[in-house]
Amino acid sequence: MSQIVIASGLGSGRVVFLAKGSKTGAVAWGGLIEVSEVAADDARAAELLAIAEADAATQNEVVEPYLIDVEDKGGQLRPTKYREVIRCLGPTVREDLGKQAEGTSA
Amino acid sequence: MYRYDEHDHALVQDRVTQFRRQVERRMAGEISEEQFRPLRLMNGLYLQLHAYMLRVAIPYGTLDSRQMRKLAYISRRYDKGYGHFTTRQNIQYNWPKLEETPDILAELAEVEMHAIQTSGNCIRNVTSDQYAGAAKGEIEDPRIWCEIARQWSTLHPEFSFLPRKFKIAITGCDNDRAAVKVHDIGMIMKRDASGEVGFEVIVGGGLGRTPFVGKTIREFLPKEHFLSYLEAILRVYNQLGRRDNKYKARIKVTLHETGKEEFTRLVEEEWMQIKDSTLKLPKEEVDRIAKHFEPPAFKAVPEVAPTVDARAASDAGFASWLRHNIFEHKTQGYSIANISVKPMGEAPGDATAEQMDAMADLADEFSFSELRVTHSQNVVLPHVEREALPALYDKLVEAGLATANLGLLSDIICCPGLDYCALANARSIPIAMKIAERFTPAKQEEIGDLQIKISGCINACGHHHVGHIGILGVDRKGEEHYQVQLGGSATEEAALGKILGRGFSADEVVEVVDKIIATYLDIREDGEEFIETFRRVGQTPFKERVYGTA
Repeated sequence: MSQIVIASGLGSGRVVFLAKGSKTGAVAWGGLIEVSEVAADDARAAELLAIAEADAATQNEVVEPYLIDVEDKGGQLRPTKYREVIRCLGPTVREDLGKQAEGTSA
Repeated sequence: MYRYDEHDHALVQDRVTQFRRQVERRMAGEISEEQFRPLRLMNGLYLQLHAYMLRVAIPYGTLDSRQMRKLAYISRRYDKGYGHFTTRQNIQYNWPKLEETPDILAELAEVEMHAIQTSGNCIRNVTSDQYAGAAKGEIEDPRIWCEIARQWSTLHPEFSFLPRKFKIAITGCDNDRAAVKVHDIGMIMKRDASGEVGFEVIVGGGLGRTPFVGKTIREFLPKEHFLSYLEAILRVYNQLGRRDNKYKARIKVTLHETGKEEFTRLVEEEWMQIKDSTLKLPKEEVDRIAKHFEPPAFKAVPEVAPTVDARAASDAGFASWLRHNIFEHKTQGYSIANISVKPMGEAPGDATAEQMDAMADLADEFSFSELRVTHSQNVVLPHVEREALPALYDKLVEAGLATANLGLLSDIICCPGLDYCALANARSIPIAMKIAERFTPAKQEEIGDLQIKISGCINACGHHHVGHIGILGVDRKGEEHYQVQLGGSATEEAALGKILGRGFSADEVVEVVDKIIATYLDIREDGEEFIETFRRVGQTPFKERVYGTA
């Protein structure tokens, strides 16, 4: 199962994604799931998580990073668990709020 | 209502300053998230699914129009234009930014509000009967005692790191609207044989993973010993309560494992040592607090209200609102008006900034500027002159706040669930909305009093254990799934619901509720409410209809 790293922005609390090309000392976070660096196996996922955790501990940009499972659905990355789908979109009862209201998708 | 003195102002202002500095230090990286987390939680700031969430205390659910306007302003200025009234008579904002929370706390302090002790293992906001000071049959206004408890428990050094969070509810009526029997401590004001007023003390109630109805450990506590007895209970709990397992750390488990008799003995033993200490309440101090809760200047008006009767005779919508949302007031010619925050198609308990402003305006015009927030996630105008009810109703209709469903099926208690909450396993709001939409207002009226309560996880913020119909969202193999319970009650006849059987998918659960209600309508006797029918017949007929077999 493919995995990506998700976290919350320290100042905003908003959901952010560990971006492609991130490595220790040069980490980028984006607000769209599409920017995510995708780990194809558990070993790579552990590496990404370690990079994210080190960044969270030192750079004061994000908090509470963790891995989520994703799949490719019609060319778009999508979390496999509904909890993370909701997290990546926004409240299902308020489609005017969250990332879904910003025209982004999960 | 209570107004801050200089000590209250200083304490809250100091906390704002302190938290502002803590946030600055966190943003600058001077403290880690691990160090910061307990500090932000002490100020009611959680990190949820989509953003931070700030929980603001509304002490015992009482607020005035100026405070409600401030809550509206904060939702507009710092959030997304709405707030969520909770089952603990608080309000939650779902989208604040960390950097702005000190400013929000400063705004709150301007109107004598705060977020202190709305999280953490401490004594939380003391809750009460939303009709306190207005209810017919009330022995005494319980908010006097809530306020005394608030002052005693705020930043209490001995009870700032309890084994687990601690919730106290106090009512002044036999008719329990504050769910006191499912709180860590519940207190019911009563008279002894001599007519003296005191409290029945109930301990160890609670919902969540291990639900219990509380047990009475003292039939009558004289008022002067209110604080010393609370302190004795907390002290015993603080010493005995488990810290090795958070799921077994609440006082309900302590009481259960220790045994009521032994627990009571320990409390009484502790109390004997402190009952005549400085915790013994001098009458003049109680009187000083009580002055804040003196009734407003009611007019001498007749009990009959001809315009109300005339309007009810000609306007079915008004008549329905009158029947369901209006309660009897202790003062002749006045009524208690409930504003349902459960309009069709909206999340239970969510109010927009415009609605909050409208409620504040109506409080000024009709209710001596007073409002209450209920644990059922509605709002109350506690003191409305009966003759003014038609005018109030018209303005509520204009504001979209005249839903006439208090106590009916669509007056659903519902936690934020997985739409917002990081702890939730399943969504609860969409289930509540679908159930409410399934039944027309006329059908709901035919069904009568029915309390549906929905939680998105076992923590039970939606009080599902004490719903006549309780619904619990669970995660089953990665899918949202719902267990249904029947027969719960949070009143003076408190009872925990029993699980009906195997759970259901989100698509099935509304159909299941429909079948349960159809069963009730088929078998109820004349004038029998749902809970009475359930108590008479038990689960069998409901199971048969839902599962096709008992």
